Parts: sequence; C-alpha cells; structure tokens
Amino acid sequence: MDVYLILSQMTLGLVNGVFYAILSLGLAIIFGLLGVINFAHGVFFMLGAFIAYALGQWLGIGYWGALIIAPLLIGMLGLVVEVTFIRHLYRLDHLYGLLLTLGLALFVEGFIRIAFGPQGLPYSVPPSLRGAVNLGYMMLPMYRAWVVVAGVVLCLATWLIIEWTPLGAKLRAATDNPVLVQAFGINVPVMLTLTYGAGVALAALGGVMAAPILSVDPSMGTSVIIVVFAVVVIGGMGSILGSIVTGLGLGLLEGLTKAVFPQASSTVIFVAMVIILVARPRGLFGKAA
Amino acid sequence: MLEIRELHAWYGESHVLHGLNMDVPEGKVVSLLGRNGAGKTTTMRAIMGMMGKTTGAISFGGVNLLKLRSDQIARKGIAICPEDRGIFPSLTVTENLFLPPVIAKGGMDLDRIYALFPNIKERGSSRGTQLSGGEQQMLAIARILRTGARTLLLDEPTEGLAPVIVKQIARTIREIKELGYTIILVEQNAHFVEGLADVHYLMENGQIIDRLEGAEFAANIGRVDKLLAV
Repeated sequence: MDVYLILSQMTLGLVNGVFYAILSLGLAIIFGLLGVINFAHGVFFMLGAFIAYALGQWLGIGYWGALIIAPLLIGMLGLVVEVTFIRHLYRLDHLYGLLLTLGLALFVEGFIRIAFGPQGLPYSVPPSLRGAVNLGYMMLPMYRAWVVVAGVVLCLATWLIIEWTPLGAKLRAATDNPVLVQAFGINVPVMLTLTYGAGVALAALGGVMAAPILSVDPSMGTSVIIVVFAVVVIGGMGSILGSIVTGLGLGLLEGLTKAVFPQASSTVIFVAMVIILVARPRGLFGKAA
Repeated sequence: MLEIRELHAWYGESHVLHGLNMDVPEGKVVSLLGRNGAGKTTTMRAIMGMMGKTTGAISFGGVNLLKLRSDQIARKGIAICPEDRGIFPSLTVTENLFLPPVIAKGGMDLDRIYALFPNIKERGSSRGTQLSGGEQQMLAIARILRTGARTLLLDEPTEGLAPVIVKQIARTIREIKELGYTIILVEQNAHFVEGLADVHYLMENGQIIDRLEGAEFAANIGRVDKLLAV
C-alpha cells in the first residue's frame, strides 16, 4: 500500500471535511435552538458561491470581498426567510420545518438553474492563493491549504463563541429552556431570527470558500447537503464540537477510502451512517434522550 | 402595586384559573397558599406572561401585563424563580448567575450575593445542574437579585429541601424584604410563610378562597393546614 497516496488522499479528504464541518455546525446550531431541520442549508451554501460569482462578473469584486459580502447578504436573506416562513412552524412538529425548507430549497435551486443555466460556472482561485505547498508527501494547492486552515479556525471560533461567551451562554440557555430565558427579559424571537441568519451566513461563507474548488452550479448545495445530513446523523444532533469533529473525521474517512478502495468512496459515509444508526442511534456525540 | 382582576387561564383546553382576584402591595411579602393543582404556579406564570391563553387583567405600574410578552414584563421589573428552579444544564453556575440581563439599577451587587450564598462562588465553574437541590435554589434566587427587578415571584422555594437550607432561604427572604422588595411567595408549607408574609392568600380550584392579614394568620393556622393537607 502506498502511504503517500493514502496521506495525500486523506489531506484532500480533509478539505471536503472542512465543508462538512462548516455546514453541519450551522445545521446543529439552527436545529438546537429553532428545532428546524434546515433542508435549505445547501441552497444557502450554493447561493454563497453564486453571489461570489456574480460579484466578480458584474461588479468586479474579487474573492476577499465576496468572502465578506456574500455571507452578509445571505445572512440578511436568512432573516427574511425566518420572519416570513420559518417562525410560523415552531409550534408544529419538526417534520413541517423540514418540508418547508426542502420546498424552499427546490424552489430556489430551480430559480438559479433558470437564471444561470445548469452547467457549472468557473470561479478562479484568487491570485494571492495560487501555487502549492510542499507537504513532503504531496504538493497541496495553496488554496486548499487555505481552506483547511481558515475552515478549522472558523469552526473553532464559532465553537468558542458558543461555549465561552455570554452571547453563547444565552444561546445555550435558550436551547435548554426558551420560555424561561424570555421571562428573564431576553427577546427570544429576535434571537431565533438572528441565529437562523448567522447559521445560513456560515453556510454562505462555506459556499464562497468552495467556489474555486467545486464548480459553481445550482446543484452543488444539494449534493453536499445530502452528505452533510449523514454527517449530522453520525455526529448526533445538537453537539457543536461533535459536528465539527465528525465533519472533519468523515472527510478523512472518505479520503482514506479513496486511496484504499476507491469504488466505495462515495458511499462510505452512508455506510458509516447506517452502522451508527443501528449501533448508537443518538450519534457519536449526541446526548441521550 | 400589582392588581389581579378576574384572571382566567387555560392550558390548552383545560381551564385552570377561574376568575382570580389578588392585590400585591409594593414592598410587601404576599403568600399564595394552596394544594398541588390549586393554580398557584399558573398564577405566577400568568403574571410573568408565560401562559398561552389568559383573560382578565393584571395591572402593574399602570399597564395590563396580559397585553405584554414575557420579556417585556421582565423589563418592567418583575422576575421569577420558577418551581423547578430553572437552572440551565448547559450553563455553568456563573453563567446561570449572569444569564438574566440587568433590567434596572439597584440590583444586588456581586459581593453581596456571594456573601449571601458563598457556595455559588465556590462552585462557579461547575455545571448548574451539578449543584445540590439547595444550592440550585440559592442560585435561582441569586440570579434574579442581580437584575434590579423589585418584584420577585418565588415559586415554592423550600420544596424538597433540608430544614437547614429552608432556614437559610427564610433568612434570605427576610433580608430582601427589608430591602423593600415586593415578593409573591407560593408555598404549601404554612409554617414557612408564618411571620414572613404580610398578607396570605388561600387558593383552591383556581380561585382565591380567603385572604388573611399576617396578624390573623396564627389564629387561623389550623384552617390553613386543613386546606393544605392532601
């Protein structure tokens, strides 16, 4: 067995893992507080990439600008979506939130397909991140190295905010007992709206980061979100650190499989999901019900 | 002054408060006594805006609280210490203490709170739910003293606690009473509120059935005990 091959495939797998982690992190935050299984998460990821593309094409705004503007725009769109649609479903079963966001995802994806066409659009790597880094066992494109570092920092920063700041304490408390948190004078409905906005902004940020790697196409969100839901099932809903670790870990597992048994690489995560569902239904990091 | 008039409240289809009337004068301690299921906790939740369906009026500082959201009610200066204590399991003791935002000046400062409840300081970094029942109760009271709210709703603060802790809680309530706080104290333990409350309301089946001044209470304690006996 070629160790270099394994290491390099696992390194590339880590790049995917970063996207899994960013997306499952947002899903976990939204589900924890709002109780909504946000099927539209992939679409916000895709929209992030499309906004980056459109900013470049129409306004000449490059990658770094897009990295700030796209999450802000999508975050605001998320606020509107929460206020107009999602908030009406909190009293109902989780299934309704899933159906609504799935419908929304299909609608938006169809709309983008009509507007931009079904084929992938190119988005080039920013000049400052071209070239490659020599890792000893492989030449890793500089951009992918950046994605890994920036993505891990982003995930850890999110985790730190949630676990170690007063804002995060409010968020955790409202996840435990929203009625009491509101009775202490905190405007919980506004908090839910902002959390949804922040969660989807995170997805959009992931989308911008993915734009130079994946091609910018209308179905890029759907294809990644299916895997991400498997990641969430494996990690267990509701654990922030768990979703980060699981996302990165499954990226590595996928890479490893690509090296040792390539035919299984696209299914290995789902196989892992089935095993976890049977052996430990609450997931690796999920709390006991 | 907090005035409750003809308060009705429902849990879904179930009608639990049937036209409750009650006055809570400023700076007084008012007890609300009754058996399990009499509607005491529901009354507290209704004041705090935590009930779904309510009719009637709860006037406080010139507004009808039933028209406000619970966070707006909290900002009027009312704070609750709920029956289950409401300690957040995902938060540390210190995070629990600092969770309720300060809504007015004049809240108790941290030194004073730590002097009253030294355990809260010592165990600051533990998870809130790792505390003993008595410590959780102290924490639940301490965190609303910090906020500057002057009207406190204490829902069975002595339930399930050891006598020595009950004494400590009684001392604390006496101390905050002397500071001029208005307190509504829900209890099933008549002897705990005796000498502590200025006015006692007796409750049964979602209604107030009697009102006793503090001075009359001792003479009527047999009747009260009978009402509370299961």
